[in-house]
Amino acid sequence: SFMQGSKLEIPLWLAKGLHDSKRRIISVELPKIYKEAWRTVFSADASVVDLHKMGPYYYGFGSQLLNFDNLENPEIAQTILQTFISRFRRIMDSSQNAYNEDTSVLVARMDELERNLFRAGQKGLNDFQYWEKGQASQITASSVVQNYGKRKFTDMDG
Amino acid sequence: SEAKSGRTDLIFLIRFRHCCLLRNQRCLLAYLYDRLLRIRALRWEYGSVLPNAIQFHMSAEEVEWFNQYKKSLATYMRSVGGEEGLDLTQDIKPPKSLYIEVRCLKDYGEFEIDDGTTILLKKNSQHFLPRWKCEQLIRQGVLEHILS
Repeated sequence: SFMQGSKLEIPLWLAKGLHDSKRRIISVELPKIYKEAWRTVFSADASVVDLHKMGPYYYGFGSQLLNFDNLENPEIAQTILQTFISRFRRIMDSSQNAYNEDTSVLVARMDELERNLFRAGQKGLNDFQYWEKGQASQITASSVVQNYGKRKFTDMDG
Repeated sequence: SEAKSGRTDLIFLIRFRHCCLLRNQRCLLAYLYDRLLRIRALRWEYGSVLPNAIQFHMSAEEVEWFNQYKKSLATYMRSVGGEEGLDLTQDIKPPKSLYIEVRCLKDYGEFEIDDGTTILLKKNSQHFLPRWKCEQLIRQGVLEHILS
């Protein structure tokens, strides 16, 4: 059993489940990157921040934090949104211009949401190149066959 | 008062346990659902008959689900496109020609084409065949589509 006033680290899903505005079972302390000091850094120049190091789910986790009735929620929400807006353009541009190049340096500083966007942009670019080369009509083996390889499927029937 | 703090403890414990149960349920459902989506994709990517190697790893319920899905899809395809229905699982990539060049990736055996002649599909042999006959074999990894 827990003493009132004790401090713990618990996973987000548990905190969400235990949180109750009326009963006040737990109160949540903001991780430092969502607090005022870091928020100022973000508003100065968000594009230089290594968002992957700052906890790789900056946007998703930040959005979930808003569930806990914190007084700073409006500022947090605003910062998260502005950060995304200022970084998005660069992500979009670089995903469209890095065909067949090593993008690991670019991607290293992106959080997971941004990485997904980047990959989606790259996939679009690759698909377009594929089509330009006339390969869009090539029938390919199903991914199941490609992944399992010839080894496991030599005895398949039907 | 003590009675009230005891009750608060209880509320905490109940909520805690309930959270854990719900989370476990979410994880399980996410896993099962992901499997289901892959099984569904198999019908489109691979065909209506699954290789034994895959079926071996599916639960009875998943096999049943696949069969029902197959049936729903077949019913739907029969209902569109007029008298014969429309095979939506064909021509997923836009066809450029009626005949295509294929190479055989493994020994398959005899293969009959529409005009009654049979072709021997031996590993590494190349053939010029109607696209609609080859599509499934390419997806199953027996043939390889060669672009000129």
